[in-house]
Amino acid sequence: MSSSSDDPDKARRFREAALPYLDDVYTLARYLLRDASDAEDAVQECYLRALKHFDSYRGPAMKPWLFAILRNVCNAEYARRAHSHVPIEDTPEAAEQPPIWREAEATPETDVLRKRDATAIRKLIEALAEPFKETFVLREINNLSYREISDAVGAPIGTVMSRLARARAMLRAAWMAEEEQPK
Amino acid sequence: MTCDEARLLLHALIDGELDAGHVREVEAHIATCPACAAELAAQREMKRVLADASLRYTAPSTLRARIEASLPQPRLQSRRAVLRGFAMGSAVSALAATGLVAIVLRQDDQQRILSEVVSAHLRSLQAGHLTDVVSTDQHTVKPWFNGKLDVAPPVIDLTAQGFTLVGGRLDYIDARAIGAVVYRRRQHIINLFVSQTASAEHRPPKTQTMQGFNCRRWGDRGLNFWAVSDIGADELAEFVDKFETAMKANVEG
Repeated sequence: MSSSSDDPDKARRFREAALPYLDDVYTLARYLLRDASDAEDAVQECYLRALKHFDSYRGPAMKPWLFAILRNVCNAEYARRAHSHVPIEDTPEAAEQPPIWREAEATPETDVLRKRDATAIRKLIEALAEPFKETFVLREINNLSYREISDAVGAPIGTVMSRLARARAMLRAAWMAEEEQPK
Repeated sequence: MTCDEARLLLHALIDGELDAGHVREVEAHIATCPACAAELAAQREMKRVLADASLRYTAPSTLRARIEASLPQPRLQSRRAVLRGFAMGSAVSALAATGLVAIVLRQDDQQRILSEVVSAHLRSLQAGHLTDVVSTDQHTVKPWFNGKLDVAPPVIDLTAQGFTLVGGRLDYIDARAIGAVVYRRRQHIINLFVSQTASAEHRPPKTQTMQGFNCRRWGDRGLNFWAVSDIGADELAEFVDKFETAMKANVEG
């Protein structure tokens, strides 16, 4: 009964510190796992683990810390689905090599992105390959700084920058390609 | 600055992450390079379109409730604080108020215990946590509890009635060791938690639902019972009926 995980004061501090980010964590989980119920399970597991390690938490900011835990949970989920998905950590190095912007180079000044509804854009983002997708979502949807993304994914800022550039190039290319297809 | 460098740094530029020195360098390059200028414009446009779309998700309220339920509840403390508060009032109002508080607290406690019972059920479903003693024979399971608990739970074989006895386990509810008798219905597990209570009156079974599990609770002969499972409410009620009938027959027979 006196064990620290039952400490009501700790629970209160954890609730105040971590629960405000529930929508952020859930959003990332939805994009990473592309499945509502898997995302719910992952987020719950993330909060359980976060509570367990809350005593040893000394920073960085709460948001990147929660995202880092969620990534680990999602990697376990990827491993479970191993036949159909590639785990984030196992992405071949070659995928990150420049040049990264060539594919979007087709006369960008004449191409104007047609406005699309949120559902269509979500689909395009979900289809991005890892680790580019998570970097992109952390930046554009979760509004993390490069430093915070670097903390969350455990990669240097230079890597974050190149992944983000590549993610945006891929997204733009996919967006354009879809517009060219007759509906 | 080369085009390759500019194509990388323009992202930091539109994200507001670039220091002043590099901003000047990128802008100087853009001014003389139409291709990079076009790329910058294109990326700015995409960022603007993305910012306009609502791409965030909202966590379902059920998920929030599940997480809340899994956090330790700070209720013991607050209850003491409430009672201290009343103790400071006049004797009459304190008496009147305690009656009210007692009702509130009892429900509060029952909700907390229900949540603990469901958590214990969930824990038991993890590999290796279901049973301390594995046997379909009530004469093996029942003696196993002797000496481990103040009151051994009634262990009744309901295999003939469609609920297979799987075994027994010690668990902790409300900070006390209690017995759990485990049954199986098809592929579904039913945990029957049994604890001692001061009240000898018979309380009729009542079903509550929490986190998608059905829990049927009743009191009989100085014992509290909680049957928890993911089977349907009607099947769980059937289980409790069969159990009560068998228990009555055991006592009277």
